[in-house]
Parts: sequence; C-alpha cells; structure tokens
Amino acid sequence: MDALDLARWQFGVTTVYHFLFVPLTIGLGIFVAGLQTAWHRTGKEHYLRLTKFFGKLFLINFAMGVVTGLVQEFQFGMNWSEYSTFVGDVFGAPLAMEALLAFFLESTFLGLWIFGWDRLPKRIHLACIWAATIGSNLSAYFILAANAWMKHPVGYEVVDGRARMTDLWAVLTNSTALAQVPHVIAASFVIAGGFVIAVSGYRITRERRMAADADATVPFTRAARGRVAARLTGDPAMWRSSLRAALVMTAIAGAVVAGSGDLSGQYLREQQPMKLAAAEGLRHDEKGAPFSPVPGIEVPNMLSLLAAHDPGAEVQGIDDIQRRYEQRFGPGDYVPNLPVVYWSFRVMTGFGLSTVGLSLLGLWLTRRRRPAPEWFARICLLALPLPTLAMIAGWLLSEIGRQPWTVQGELLTAASVSPGVSLSEVAISLAIFTALYGVLAIAEARLLVRYVKAGPEPVETPLEPRLPDDIDAQAARLAPTLMY
Amino acid sequence: MELTTFWFLVIAFLWTGYFVLEGFDFGVGALLPVLSRGEGERRQMLATIGPVWDGNEVWLITAVGAMFAAFPAWYARLLSGFYLPLVMVLAGLIVRGVALEWRGKVEGRERALCDAGIVAGSVLTAFLWGAIFGNLLYGTMAATVLGGALSLTLAVVHGAVFVALKTTGPLRARARHTALAVSVAALPVAIVALPALPGAGAANAAWTSHPVLWLAALAAMIALASAVALIWRRREGWAFTATAASIVLVTGTLFGTLWREPLPGLTVAEAASGPYTLGVMTWIGLIALPFVLAYQGWTYWVFRRRVTA
Repeated sequence: MDALDLARWQFGVTTVYHFLFVPLTIGLGIFVAGLQTAWHRTGKEHYLRLTKFFGKLFLINFAMGVVTGLVQEFQFGMNWSEYSTFVGDVFGAPLAMEALLAFFLESTFLGLWIFGWDRLPKRIHLACIWAATIGSNLSAYFILAANAWMKHPVGYEVVDGRARMTDLWAVLTNSTALAQVPHVIAASFVIAGGFVIAVSGYRITRERRMAADADATVPFTRAARGRVAARLTGDPAMWRSSLRAALVMTAIAGAVVAGSGDLSGQYLREQQPMKLAAAEGLRHDEKGAPFSPVPGIEVPNMLSLLAAHDPGAEVQGIDDIQRRYEQRFGPGDYVPNLPVVYWSFRVMTGFGLSTVGLSLLGLWLTRRRRPAPEWFARICLLALPLPTLAMIAGWLLSEIGRQPWTVQGELLTAASVSPGVSLSEVAISLAIFTALYGVLAIAEARLLVRYVKAGPEPVETPLEPRLPDDIDAQAARLAPTLMY
Repeated sequence: MELTTFWFLVIAFLWTGYFVLEGFDFGVGALLPVLSRGEGERRQMLATIGPVWDGNEVWLITAVGAMFAAFPAWYARLLSGFYLPLVMVLAGLIVRGVALEWRGKVEGRERALCDAGIVAGSVLTAFLWGAIFGNLLYGTMAATVLGGALSLTLAVVHGAVFVALKTTGPLRARARHTALAVSVAALPVAIVALPALPGAGAANAAWTSHPVLWLAALAAMIALASAVALIWRRREGWAFTATAASIVLVTGTLFGTLWREPLPGLTVAEAASGPYTLGVMTWIGLIALPFVLAYQGWTYWVFRRRVTA
C-alpha cells in the first residue's frame, strides 16, 4: 500500500459518493420545475403541494451534491498534481467553464427560488427553478466533456511534457463526450424517476393503510375525527399523478440511456479496446466474438453485434492488446482489474434494464385510470436502489476500465500522483472524508425518510366557503414551507 | 496586456470577490451564538445570508477552476503543497454548507448540532485561508497564526457590519456593538500583519520593486479604521463598504506580492497554460462574467430589504 493506492481509493470513494447526490440534483430539479410549471398551467393545488414536497427533498439532497463537489475540484491538485500539471491546459478549461457558466447559474437562481416564493412575481419565480436546473444539467455537460477527454484525448498536442490545447471546439464536441453526456444525464433522470416512483409507491401504500385504519376505528368525537383528518393529508389522485409522471420519465430516459450506451460501446471498440475486451473477458482477437450475459452462457457473435453492429466484426482481445501496447508504449501491465470491469458491466446493464422494465410494467398496470395494485406499490421501492447500483457500476466500468491510464495513451495513473504528498497525509484525508461522508450519509437518509413519512404539507381548509383559488392565493397559503 | 498578466488579474479578482462575499457569511456564521438571543433571532441572522451564501461560495470554485485552467502548475503545487490545511478547509466548508441547508428542516438537538456546525465551519475556514496565505508568504509559524488571525477578525467585523446593515431591532444594535468590540482586535492585528508582509525573501523583493504595495497595505488599514468610525456613527452602508474595501486591499496586497512568483521557485510564465487556452478562456470569461455579475447583483437587489425578527 502506498500513497498512489490510497489516492486512488480516495478518488473512488469521494467520486462515487458525490455522484450519489448529483443525479438526483440533475433529474429531480427538472422534475420539480416540471411540477411547478404544471401548477402554473393548470392552477391545480396538488401540483403545488407536490412541488413543495419534492422541492424540499430536492434541497436536502442538493446541499450534499454541492459540498462533496468541492472535494472533487480540489483533489485533482491535492492528490494528482502531476496529472493536473500535465492536463491543466486542456482539462482545466471545461472545469473553469463549469464554474463560470453553470455553477453560478445553479446556485444563484436556486437561492432566489428558495427565498423568493413570496418576493418574486410568479413567472419569474418559476423561471428561477428552470435557470437553476439548467445550470445543474450544463455543469454535467462540462465535467463529462473533461472526463471524456481522459478516455479519448482530442484537440491537443504535447509540448515540453505538457498537453497544450489546440482546439476547444474539438474538446467540447469529442465523440466520446457526445455519447457519454446523454448517457449520464438520462441515467440521472432514471435515478430521479426511480426516486419519485419509490416515494410515490410508498405514499400510496401508507395512505391506503391509514385510510383503512381510519375506517376501522370509527371516530365518534369531533377531536378524534380531527386527528384522523389531520393524518389523512394524503391524496390518491396526487400520488397517482406523480407516479405516472415519474414512470413516463424513467421509461423515456431509460431508452436514451440504452441508445447512448450502445453508441458508447461502438466508440469503445475504436478508442478504448482494452476496456471493451475486459468487460467481456475476451482473451484474444476474434471475429464474430461471443457475449456471455452471465458466466457459462455464451451467445455467439453477440459481442461483435453489440460493439460494431456487425455479427462478423473483429473485436480485439486482452492478451493481444497487451502485446501491441507493450510494443507501442514499452513494457508494462496494460490490463485493468478484470473481475471488477467484467461484473460492473453486467450489474450496470442488468439493474439498469430492470429499472426500465419496472417502469414499463407500472405504466401498463396503471393505464387508463387504473389504481396501482398493492403489490406494485410495494415493489416501487426497488426503483431507488436498482438504478443507483447500475450507475455506480457504470462509473466503475468507465474509470477502472480505463486503467492503467489517467489519459488514455498519454499519461499513466502511476505517473499522475502528487510526488510530494506522503502516505500518511493521504491516509489522514481519506479517513477524514470517509468518516465525515459516512455520518452525513446517515443523516441525509434519516432526513429524507422523515420528510417522506411526514408527507406534503396539509392544505389549510378555509373556514368560509370561497371562490376557487387563483395561484397567488394558493401560494400564499402554502408559502412558508420552504424557508430556512 | 499579456494574457498571463490578464489571467493573474482575473484570478486575483475572483479570490478577492470570494473573500469579500464569503467573508461576511463566515462572519455571520461565526457570530451566530454571540449575536442572537433565541431561535427567532438566529433565523433572522441566517436569513441575511440564506439566499446568497451558496452563490458566494461559487467564487471560490471559479477562482480555483480558473487557476487550474490558466496556471496548472500553480494550481497543482499550491494544492498539493497545502494538503492537510486544505483537507480541513474542505471539511469545514462541507460541515458548514450542509448545516446551513439542513438547520431549517430539523428541530431540537439536531438543530443545535447544525448551529454548532455553522459556527465551527465558519471559524475554521475563515482562519485557515489567512493561515494558508500567511504561510505561503513566509513559511513561519508566527506568520501562519497572524495570517489566520487577520482573515478571521476581518471576516468577523465584516459579518457583524453586514448583520447591522441587513437587520432591524435588538439584533441590529447588538451587531453594531460587536463590530466595534471585535475591531479592537482586528485593527491591531492588521497593523501588525500588513507591514510585516514584506518580511520574507521573495515577498520582500516584490515590495521593494513595487512600492505601491506599501500604499495598498496602508490603505487597507485606513479602510478598516474608517469602518470602525463609520459604524460608530451608525453609517452601516458606508461601514460595510469600508470593511469590503479593506478586504479588497488586503487581498490585492497579497496577490500583488505573489505576482511574478506565485510560489517559491515558480514564475507566472512557467505556470501558465498556452496562449491558445488563455485566449479562448479570455473570450469566454469576457462574455460570461458580466451576466454572472448582473444576475448575482440582482439577487442582492431582490433581497435588499432588512430582515425583521
């Protein structure tokens, strides 16, 4: 164990952790903006309640994405100073653009949205959540363009041992980025959709049970009736609408994930053949290469079909690539961790496709005003862990599959680490971040569960019969719920 | 102007913006238990920074991102050189950010824990920034402590003046008194720390060849002293302008000293990216920055009214 190993562990731990929160920020932000837009368009109160409810969950999660992102920006310099010096000219540009063009937008307009409910005109307030969430999505584009450059460096030349950018447009329109950006953003929508499916399914089950309890204990006194009424802040039509919307979002985004994933696979064959070979454990160059969904079952020609859309195409094998890389780059081990890459590919595709399957099943079961069956409302909870695990596996495939390179063909991970940082320093920082992140994960999970259990804020029933609300009156009655 | 000079100025500008803006949120966080009596006033205090603190923190992200893009070697050596202090900065910012976002969503003991996180994160980070830059200039323990004391006391005075400017009622009066009381410590620290800046080798050379740095340091002290006079005379808006000016001048002095040799043995020219990167980044910055300044300014305008209890 040396500083390099620990620095890699730290990068892995902090990045996977950071990316548990970011997809929810990206996808749930758009979902909340959509709900608020629906409220504006229709004036239906349940859209406002859903906006506030999911808005609160969104904010609990948002904080974690922001603060863990700070670590990401700093640790390139802290742990990977040789990497940073080598790539900064190219890699730093999208990072600086991310801060300038995306993070300012996101944070400033989110602040306006949180505190502007009763201070901004309604349309401007709606525009704020859209501006914030466009900022989140834009930030994903820039960081993914930077990440894609590590896998497929373009638009640069190496001068005096440092990469020099020659074409920013090439970096921003890297084919790898153009496949990866929709893949990751759509996957974020799947995760956010899964989150809403899980929450809605849970609320449906819980409110049905509460309603059954209320029927069983006939409330004789006015106080008891009041208590039951207070507990029944629920609204089956409301949860049905959030469930359906999330099912549609998940199904459509799932299709985009699959399509862009297929495109990424095509690029792998040309740009990172070792990662492709490792994902199948293919030892030797082979025409019409087979694919094994699980070990022991082999579908002939399937890998060639997946990777080249041609059942007879040649796919390079691990041992042959190793031999060619040794000739090209000198002696060394150019093979990534095979079991991790092999299994992460299967977890990613398997769990990802199951999530899409779950959403299609849900759409079928709830078609034409049908209520969600009890058993389906219960398995909705799976929609949270399944896509999350798929996404973690996707990142492991992507980043461990790139090893031993930080920049494919240009810079080895072993040559990227900070020379002046000692083993004990990295150990201390890894320990601090792991402990802090662990505590915060528990706190965040408890907070989310508490708010999901509590449900949306009840609507105050006015004493006097009144005319139908306009949206300003609705907003005034629900206003303070998102304040500090 | 050479592009490397321009980008050094951009980075100095971004760090200055960060210290001025997050300076007052650090001060507000650090003073939370000192100024407020009861939950109502704590909310009142935090509502002054609630809509803006996260946007203020993006100045740091942008400053560091711009260093990465424009001066990769500076970014890499500075961050790996101050490894453990930066781990603590990050831990402080994480705890503080999460606590600020979560405190309104929890109650009782958990809320008290959030308050503790806000105070600890603000004090720790405000101290560490000055300590890191003090250490960078001299490498001595005394300079590290003095730098930290300067950035912490400046942030606290700046934050107290901000609370006086943005609130009403007893909180406003208490903030004014606290600003006066803390400046009793901040002013001597500034008077000791700032003229001592040219003590070290490289820094000394910078100050000898650029006497304007002496002027900037002197102006920083004058700005701080006039802030004290202005808060005494209840001119809160002008007092805030003066504390902001003193932070601008201190940061300006710091970056003026770092100019040419931002790290020992590393010149700006050696650290810089190629002319192509600096050129395209200049265009992007020139187009984007006015919009950023405009909409961030607009946020302050939207929330311009004083926060009542």
